[in-house]
Amino acid sequence: MKNEINEAHEAHEESSEEITKKRRIVIPGEVIVSGEDYLPGEGVRREGNDVLASRFGLAEEAGRVIKVIALTGAYIPRRNNVIIGRVFDITFNGWLIDIDSASSGFLPIDESPRFINKNEMNQFLAIGDAIVAKIWSVNAKGTDLTLKSKGLGKLEKGFIFRVIPNRVPRIIGREGSMISLIKEKTSCNITVGQNGWIWIYGSSVEAEIKARRAIEFIAEKVHVSGLTEIMEEWFEKNK
Amino acid sequence: MRKINKMAKEKGTFKRPSGRGLAEIRKMTAKVGVVPNADGSAMFSFGDTIAIAAVYGPRQLHPQHMQDPSRGILRVNYDLLSFSVYERKKPGPSRRSQEISKVTEWALLPVLDLKEFPNTVIDVQIYIIQADAGTRTAGINAASLALAHAGIPMKNLICSISVGKQDKNLIVDLDKDEEDFEEGEGATDFPIAKIANSDKYTLLQLDGKIQPDMAKKVLALADKACEEVYEVQKKALKEVIEK
Amino acid sequence: MSSMEGSNLTIETLKKMFAEGKRFDGRGLADYRDIEVISDISNKAEGSARVKLGKTEVLVGVKLEIGEPYPDSPDKGNLMVSGDLLPIASPRFEAGPPKFKAIELPRLVDRAIRESGMIDFSKLVITPGEKVWTVIIDIYPINDDGNIIDAATIGAVAALKRAKLPALNEKGKIDYDKPATTSLPLSKETAPLTFTFFKLGDSIILDPTREEDEACEGRIALAISKWSDQYMINSCQKGEEMPFSREELERIFDLLPKKYEEINEKLKKFL
Repeated sequence: MKNEINEAHEAHEESSEEITKKRRIVIPGEVIVSGEDYLPGEGVRREGNDVLASRFGLAEEAGRVIKVIALTGAYIPRRNNVIIGRVFDITFNGWLIDIDSASSGFLPIDESPRFINKNEMNQFLAIGDAIVAKIWSVNAKGTDLTLKSKGLGKLEKGFIFRVIPNRVPRIIGREGSMISLIKEKTSCNITVGQNGWIWIYGSSVEAEIKARRAIEFIAEKVHVSGLTEIMEEWFEKNK
Repeated sequence: MRKINKMAKEKGTFKRPSGRGLAEIRKMTAKVGVVPNADGSAMFSFGDTIAIAAVYGPRQLHPQHMQDPSRGILRVNYDLLSFSVYERKKPGPSRRSQEISKVTEWALLPVLDLKEFPNTVIDVQIYIIQADAGTRTAGINAASLALAHAGIPMKNLICSISVGKQDKNLIVDLDKDEEDFEEGEGATDFPIAKIANSDKYTLLQLDGKIQPDMAKKVLALADKACEEVYEVQKKALKEVIEK
Repeated sequence: MSSMEGSNLTIETLKKMFAEGKRFDGRGLADYRDIEVISDISNKAEGSARVKLGKTEVLVGVKLEIGEPYPDSPDKGNLMVSGDLLPIASPRFEAGPPKFKAIELPRLVDRAIRESGMIDFSKLVITPGEKVWTVIIDIYPINDDGNIIDAATIGAVAALKRAKLPALNEKGKIDYDKPATTSLPLSKETAPLTFTFFKLGDSIILDPTREEDEACEGRIALAISKWSDQYMINSCQKGEEMPFSREELERIFDLLPKKYEEINEKLKKFL
């Protein structure tokens, strides 16, 4: 698993029938296909003539490339991912951010959206505050974050909650179609972090609750095609 | 197997105290996702022996000096719940549970690739809810499922079962009565674990009296038994998606 | 689940929601989640149960041991409640010496059971002054989604109700090979339940999820039982920093009997 560069809203799960047919659940060590022509991609290895799964997940054949998409598991930080985190400590030159992964995040004071004096660090971001940030570097010491981009910054209102990180692509949908549907039906502001944390802020408590429920409903569905139709129905039923 | 065949000829099929055939495993059940908070979890049972396992990780390891900059650490904690055994087990790790934790860690490591997670820990918690022998083997099977469920990169599953001897008979999956058997040559308990579909054994322990050539034969029984365990594990993982 | 602690903005939103009488899962502030109780989860325990309260899950076992009575109660059996917040239940629970919540949990359940009079300790004597039964209750949460205390009490009661005294052999020692036929000397009238009330801002809620539990600033756990149509509060413990006002406490005391009847009704099909 290389440290690929992912676009913030890359959706690599699509819901068309065609693609779904070429996918199935595989377990570690299971033979997915046999043949010299296939190229092992992520989560997969070659042993002689066979291409085997190296993790539990959905095996996908895209042309000659075979990969296994993880359905479960902890979030692995990747450069350029947009994530949501919580401040858990303040040091002399930045904030330590819990990004819900094995390494914690660090937001250097220089990466704030505007100039912050060392004495006003706590006023800008206090312990317990939540932020939307972008990962600009993943290294041995940890994960470095920045707030210097449109759409990033401190989250002031609303709330944050978590889904399993691997479900994020499905919540976003192909080219953001699913998340757009949810935003439209609930009139809520929503930001989906690649680390599974999601921010919702709506005009009413009811709208916020509905948006969360919709997202949790989608997150639990893992292997279903035609999700857009299912969600249209869901919103009809849950007016 | 000469002696067993002789017995089979003379007395019909030899039956164990439980009524099982020599190579007959107790009823196995497995289920994945039993601890919603965990990154991966599973239960596995051999007859009356029930184990649950939960995996948390990769996650941060404290204190820092225990971190390994070259790879993630696997940390296994196995224990019996107090009421899993007739004589109540006082809470807290015993020497036995510490030993089993360690050999379980060694049993699972060969299929894991932890180089991708330097400075982290993968915690595996194994608890026995009801004990009727074979607890460490049930624990390993549950842990193997939980690690897969947690999405940890794994080359293959680990399958575990106990094999052994009751007097002169080679048997598979000893229950408590059989472990305690004292007539003739008594009982030999030989828990093993192996990488599925391979000839690599990752756990080997033994208690009793068994001749070397019998030991070789009983490994062959273990191989066959592990194939059955594998089918149960595979089914549990494939079923988790149908929610 | 994540080990990330509650964020300031989410806590503010929960405060706002509770003030409007709303919760994320659609429950009322005093509503309990679905409860499920499965008994006899370990055939090596004298009694045992598994309780699911929403996604919170607790295993409870009862073991009986023969011991000496306490010097000041030579004609009574003993009770010991033990338990821990096992690391399996949450990314927050760590192995090692028990944190305060792990110490508090069994003590709260102990007081609920003991003070309710549910167990007739005088009938747990084998030889007066010398040998008595000790009832040992072990509590193991295996998934923490809030409100472990209330779930644990239900589990303890369920496990006790199914428990049987082990048979003794001629020498007076426990013989697990002989069938156990005698139930524990329990009251037919009553069994306690614990209700832990949580406070956030000016709102008081029951049966929080982990997310709600963390946001709350104060809590008070009360055990209640019922004798001859008379409700009795058997124990009480206030926790966390935020004080409770007189008005809030009176509201809580008034709500207790109603909740007791309601949850007992839900538990009827299991116990």
